[in-house]
Amino acid sequence: MRFFNLFRRRRSAGVARERLQILLSYERAARGQADLLALLREEIIAGITKHVKVERDHIHVRVERGQAVSTLEIDIAIPHPAGILAAGS
Amino acid sequence: MAKVLVVTSGKGGVGKTTTTAAIGAALARSGQKVAVVDFDVGLRNLDLVLGAERRVVFDLINVVQGVAKLSQALIRDKRLETLFLLPASQTRDKDALTDHGVASVIKEMRGRFDWVICDSPAGIERGAQLAMRFADAALIVTNPEVSSVRDSDRIIGLLDSKTEKAEKGQQIEKHILITRYDMQRASRGEMIGIDDVLDILSTPLLGIIPESEEVLRASNVGSPVTLNNPASAAARAYLDAARRLRGEAVPMTIPSDRKGLFDKLFGRRAA
Repeated sequence: MRFFNLFRRRRSAGVARERLQILLSYERAARGQADLLALLREEIIAGITKHVKVERDHIHVRVERGQAVSTLEIDIAIPHPAGILAAGS
Repeated sequence: MAKVLVVTSGKGGVGKTTTTAAIGAALARSGQKVAVVDFDVGLRNLDLVLGAERRVVFDLINVVQGVAKLSQALIRDKRLETLFLLPASQTRDKDALTDHGVASVIKEMRGRFDWVICDSPAGIERGAQLAMRFADAALIVTNPEVSSVRDSDRIIGLLDSKTEKAEKGQQIEKHILITRYDMQRASRGEMIGIDDVLDILSTPLLGIIPESEEVLRASNVGSPVTLNNPASAAARAYLDAARRLRGEAVPMTIPSDRKGLFDKLFGRRAA
């Protein structure tokens, strides 16, 4: 009984270390990504508003991180066809 | 020219203010001219830990806004004539601190002191970022416990991106200070090991401060632990850390208050 208690106790610091290592590797990656997302968002908005009249709030940029592939999702709500400016105008 | 040191952690309650007072007093004791600056606007406590709470007239925001001169706001310690406190404002809104204003106060202090030690508020918001903004070096106060290590990691990320040094492409000097270290619990495997903390944060160690009732006793009477009881384990650990900050090679030990066999037998108090 005492042996098992001892064994369990010894492991709690090890469990803490492992949990931290996994969590932090994820958070560090996400930190860099937050900057990348903000940059992408700004450049995409700039690119789109050059040609299409849209509200900034109606543009959503999202990155989904998967095991093998990640996806970049750009969701733009264009109010109605009149919102599209004629080229050159 | 002073070295500007920020004492930071992300997490609250890990010992930033205790550390600022203890390290500040330790450096001042060795003849260095030291200013400790409380950046915790609205929740100041460094004045209390230093026993100067009844001597505060002007504060950091008054100086930033030009209401008072730096020399009027600085409070000289009653025990150490080379130790000064620049208190935080207790009433004003923390938005009153501007990047530009803090820059000019720090610049003025650089010319007058050997060390300017900025006591950061908890968190990662504006106040914490302003406290670290103009620092040359950072002391990251960490408890050997998961949430504190995680927050330290966040703070390291900010130190490497949001400080003036980082923005200039330079490296801010970073040190980990482990506080509230309980040797008995560590030996039972209940505390994350020092090596694991350093490995996870990939930052060098400045010192290990053992959990000690002397820290509470010192703050009760308003005196830095390095002055109140310099022989205590926590004080010795802080004094060693301060020497390492000055570039001395001091062997890394964890001082202990536990009595040796001799003391146990004869009932003497440990030195």
